[in-house]
Amino acid sequence: MLRMVLFLNPVNSSCERSVFMIGVIDYKAGNAPSVLNALHKLNVPSELISSPRDISTVKGIILPGVGSAGATMDSLRKMGFLDVLEEKVLNDGVPFLGICIGLQILFDHSEEGDTECLGWIPGNVRRFPEDKVRVPQIGWNEVKFIRNHAVISGLNESEFFYFVNSYYVTSANEEVVLARTQYGVDFCSMISYKNIFGAQFHIEKSGVMGLRLLKNFSMIAEGVLC
Amino acid sequence: MLTKRLIACFDIKNGMVTKAHKFQDNIDIDTAENVARRIYEDQIDEIIFYDITASFEKRKIDLETVRKVAKHVFVPFTVGGGIRNLDDMYEVLKAGAGKISIDSMAVRNPGIIREGAMAFGRQCIVLSMQVKRVEKTFRIPSGYEIAIDGARVFTGIDAVEWAKKGEELGAGEICVNSIDQDGTHSGYDIEITSLISRNVNIPVIASGGAGKPEHVAEVFTKTGASAAIISSMLYSPRMDRNYSVKEIKDKLVEYKIPVRPWIENYNI
Repeated sequence: MLRMVLFLNPVNSSCERSVFMIGVIDYKAGNAPSVLNALHKLNVPSELISSPRDISTVKGIILPGVGSAGATMDSLRKMGFLDVLEEKVLNDGVPFLGICIGLQILFDHSEEGDTECLGWIPGNVRRFPEDKVRVPQIGWNEVKFIRNHAVISGLNESEFFYFVNSYYVTSANEEVVLARTQYGVDFCSMISYKNIFGAQFHIEKSGVMGLRLLKNFSMIAEGVLC
Repeated sequence: MLTKRLIACFDIKNGMVTKAHKFQDNIDIDTAENVARRIYEDQIDEIIFYDITASFEKRKIDLETVRKVAKHVFVPFTVGGGIRNLDDMYEVLKAGAGKISIDSMAVRNPGIIREGAMAFGRQCIVLSMQVKRVEKTFRIPSGYEIAIDGARVFTGIDAVEWAKKGEELGAGEICVNSIDQDGTHSGYDIEITSLISRNVNIPVIASGGAGKPEHVAEVFTKTGASAAIISSMLYSPRMDRNYSVKEIKDKLVEYKIPVRPWIENYNI
């Protein structure tokens, strides 16, 4: 199997670390505590963010997600996150990682509850074909990376990650697709576009490979990996 | 390809993993935190943890233990026992669990499945059912009846009907635990696992009876189960021998069952 060759510099700048912080958006329906546990395991400075005010100081943003696209959009809207996220991620270029529903709402529209989403990435969110597969998909499935990127440093061309989803994203722009997976259909399981990353699988629940991906994202956010 | 999952299941009492035989005579193994950490490092696919006396003692689930386990386990982690309402579910999720298993409470109040699925997504709700082989009757056409409260109380509900109703109400997975096979180490109940997996379109977890890797291979070969619970064979001192996750997966690979591949260096 082809190993991605990209060696990482160890993080050694302790003075920088004191101001570096990853913010995990906590909108009460998500899996934010699990993501925070994983970041703590990696010794990445991180905190839960439940108010748009607190987002201004963070160097990286993670939007976790479980539940439905509609409920997630409603929560983000009610908590006042929509404008500030757009400003930080689209204007200021703060590295952003969406997980599961956090990936899906980046697209234009989701079939789930006919939900208008953020529209940062052109494309839609569709339901798995129930006549072919059990829905939801639950379990470890193969993720095939179709191009290289710093965020997947140290990972093989194909790795297994833990999925829990009834819906999948279809990108209108093939260039954003970083990985693909098979489940009844061949779907996009990870994207990268400039400072925006998204994974359909649960990075925080995918054992050591998930932790490596999370570490890479944190290093990108910190500016030590690019 | 989606792989078959191995789920380690622990019964917890006072923060300790305990092993019972036919729901009795418990032996304590180690703290929940230590056992969970070991089995995570052994590359288990998933962990379920039942606070076995919470429901019986009418107290809330032991959240402190959930928190401790969640800090060390970076695979899916389900918690069950003593969950009565949405607030309890939220507390357990906030403590770091990814899914909630409901059993007796769902039989008493089926609405809790729908409420939980609406609030947290159906993937969060595992409907766990204790099934007992009985005579086939008009009321129990499948020949399997649902029991609750630690398999002490029989409900007169047919297992297949209950599974279908659970799916309709919003359960994301169904865990079928055979009361007859539980603790026997003689293999899963193939018949009911197969019957239920044919009758629902959500993932089914086989539970109760695994004693050696061949049993796990059998349930994946002969039924549509997506996952299998293993417990005694991993850590029970009552067994002649215990098996590592790798030994079990090696056996599954022999049977051409897709599994998450073993990773040589599991450290970060």
